[in-house]
Amino acid sequence: MNKILKFSAASLLVINGLNAQADTLSDVQAKGSLSCGVTTGLAGFSAIDKNRKWVGLDVDLCRAIAAATLGDSEKVKYVPLTAKERFTALQSGEIDVLLRVTTWTLTRDASLGLTFAGVNYYDGQGFMVKKNLGVKDASELHGATFCVNKGTTTELNLADYAKEEGFKYNTSITDTIAQTRSNFETGRCDSLTTDQSRLYALRTTLKDPSSAVVLPNVISKEPLGPVVRQGDGKWFNIVRWTLNAMITAEELGVTSATVDKSSKSSEINRLLGNTGLMGEYLGLDKKWSYNIIKQVGNYSESFERNIGVNTPINITRGLNALWKDGGILYSPPFR
Amino acid sequence: MFSFLYNNKIRFILFQVIAVLLVTYVAYYAVNNLNYNIERLGIRSGFGFLDIKAGFDIAEHFIAYTSESTNLGAFYVGLTNTIVVSIIGIIFASVLGLIIGVARLSNNYLISKLAETYVEIFRNIPILLQILFWYNLMLISLPLPRNSYDFFNGIFLNLRGIYLPKPIAETGFSWVIIAFLLGVFICFFVKWFFNKKHDETGVKHRTWGYYLASLLGLPLSVYLLLGSPIHFDYPALQGFNFTGGLSFSPEFLAIVAALSIYSATYISEAIRAGIESVDKGQKEAALAMGLTQRQTLKFVLLPQALRVAIPPIINQYLNLTKNSSLAAAIGYADLVGVFSGTVLNQVGQAIEIILMTMAVYLTLSLVISLGLNVVNYRMRIVGANE
Repeated sequence: MNKILKFSAASLLVINGLNAQADTLSDVQAKGSLSCGVTTGLAGFSAIDKNRKWVGLDVDLCRAIAAATLGDSEKVKYVPLTAKERFTALQSGEIDVLLRVTTWTLTRDASLGLTFAGVNYYDGQGFMVKKNLGVKDASELHGATFCVNKGTTTELNLADYAKEEGFKYNTSITDTIAQTRSNFETGRCDSLTTDQSRLYALRTTLKDPSSAVVLPNVISKEPLGPVVRQGDGKWFNIVRWTLNAMITAEELGVTSATVDKSSKSSEINRLLGNTGLMGEYLGLDKKWSYNIIKQVGNYSESFERNIGVNTPINITRGLNALWKDGGILYSPPFR
Repeated sequence: MFSFLYNNKIRFILFQVIAVLLVTYVAYYAVNNLNYNIERLGIRSGFGFLDIKAGFDIAEHFIAYTSESTNLGAFYVGLTNTIVVSIIGIIFASVLGLIIGVARLSNNYLISKLAETYVEIFRNIPILLQILFWYNLMLISLPLPRNSYDFFNGIFLNLRGIYLPKPIAETGFSWVIIAFLLGVFICFFVKWFFNKKHDETGVKHRTWGYYLASLLGLPLSVYLLLGSPIHFDYPALQGFNFTGGLSFSPEFLAIVAALSIYSATYISEAIRAGIESVDKGQKEAALAMGLTQRQTLKFVLLPQALRVAIPPIINQYLNLTKNSSLAAAIGYADLVGVFSGTVLNQVGQAIEIILMTMAVYLTLSLVISLGLNVVNYRMRIVGANE
C-alpha cells in the first residue's frame, strides 16, 4: 500500500513538473538554443538556401533573438510548421517564438493565449495570375478558381472580398506552400491569392517566373510579426525590443560593418549598451543589442539581403520603410 | 492485523479496486491538468465558437452553406462530405473487390495472374501515397477547362473536375416515383403469391419477368406517358470555369479512386477466402441430392461462404471510412480538412475541435461495427452454439 502511495505521489510530482513552465528566457538559456517556428519554405522569409542554411527576413529575427539571449545568432533550432500547426506548436511550448509570416489579428491576440510582439513586415493580400489570362484587375476574376493556403486569414479575406464584389468563385485549398504553387502551375486554379510579399516570393520559384503577374489590388491589412506565449512579460519584452533594436539601428545608421566604430552620439551609445542599463532591465547581457547588430545587422540590411530590390524577390520598402522615409516603421526610443 | 490480505477473495477484489482507483485518478488528473493549463495560458475554451460566423467558403458541399454560416454549419458540411466519400468509396470498393476476388479464382491463367498482380501492388503501397499519386496524376494529365475532354456532348472532364448534366425533375415526376414504389409492392405480392403456389402444388414458376415488368416497365411507361418530366441542366464553359450541371472536384475523384482501389484489394481477398472455405465435397453432395446449380449456390455454397467473407469485408468498410480522413492531405473538404483544419485555425481551440472530430469517427465506426454484429448474428450456424 505504501509503495502505491509513494508511486502516486511521485507521479503527481512528475506531472506537476510539466505543469509549471519556467520562464522562456531561462528555458532558452538552459537549452543553449532558441526554438523558432518558421514556414515549411517561403523564399525571402524562411527558406533553406543552397548551403543548407535557413535564411530570410523571419529567420534573421530568430537569429537576432538568439544573439540577444545567447550571444550567438547561430544557436537557433528551426522548426518548420504548416499554417494549421503553428499556434498549437507555440501554445504547447514546442517552440519559443513563432516567426511564420503570421498576421496579427484581435482574435489571435486575445483568444489563443498568445501575444504578438510587434510587426516585422507590413503586408496585404493580393492576387497572382498567369499572364496569358490577360487579367489586369482582381475585379475581372469573377467565376475564377483560387488557390488558397489552408487555415489562413487569406480564406476569410477572399470570402469577404467576393461578397463585396458580388462574385462567385471556387477554391482549391492546400496545406503546404509547395502544393499551392504546383496547383497554380498545373492550372488547378486561375489565381493564387495570399499576402503580396509571398506572391512575389512564390513567383521567383515558378518554373517560368515571367509567366505570372501580381495584380495591383490589395484587399486586406496583413501586419506580420513575431508571436510569443501570453503571460511571460519578460520574454515578450525581449522579442519586442530585439525587433526595435534592429529598426532603431537603421534609424541611427548603425550597421553590422560600423557597429564597432566608437561613436559620440549618446543615442547610439544607449542602443549599444555602452551607457545605461537597458540590457539589465530586459534580463540580458549588456552586449545584447551589439550582438544583434554585429551578427545579424539592422532592419535595412536584413530587408535588402532577403527580399529587397537586389534580390530575385524584388520588393521595394514601401510601407516597410522608416517613418521618416515615408513608411510606417517606427520604434519607441531606447531610453 | 493485515492477515485479511492473505484471503484470496479479498485480495482478488482489493487489486481490482486499486486498479480502478488508479485509472480514475490518472484520468481525473489529466483533465484537471488540462483545465489548469488552459486557464493559466488564457486560451479560450468551451463550445461557444460553434455559433460564430465561419467567414470562409467551402468549394464542395452537399448541404446549404455560405461564408455567412456558422462554424457548426462548416462542421456539418465536413461531416456530410466525409460520409459521401465513404459511401461512394464503399460501393466502388465492393464492386471492384467482387470482380477481382472472382477473377483470382478464375481457371484462366492470365486473368487470375492479373488479379493477383493488382492485389499485390495496391495492397502494399501506403494509402496516403496512393491518394497523392492519383491526385497529382490527374492534375498533370488532364487539360485546362477550355480544352476539356467532351464525352457524349455534355460530360466534360478537365483538371478542375468532372462536369455532368444535372437531371432536374419537373412537375409530374413524383408520379414516376409513385409508380416505382407501386412496382416494389407488386414484387412482394408476386413473390408471396408464387411461394404459396409452390407450397401448395410443388410447381416452381419463373418470376423474373414479373419483377422486370413491375420494377422497370411500370415506372418507365408512366414516365413516357407524362411526356418525360425531366430536363437536364448542362454544364457550360463560362469565363474561367464550367458552370451549371453536377460537378465533382479532382480532389473528390482522387480520394474516391484511391480509397476504392486500396480497399478493393482486401475485399477481394476476403471474398476469395470465403469461396475457398467451402469444401468441394459440399457442392458435389448438393448436386448429387438433386439440387440444381442455382439452388446449390443459393442454399449451400453462398450461406457458408458469406459467413466467412462478410466480417472482414465490413472491417474494410470501417477502415475505408477512417482512411477517408487522409483526404485532408489533398485539400478535399472532409471533416478533418474543414473542421480540424480551417475552423481549428480560425478559432484556435484545438482540444474541443479534435475531441469532436474524434467523436465523429468513433461514432461512425461504432455504427458500422453494430451492423457487423447484426450480420454476424444472423449468419451464425443455427444450432451450433445452442
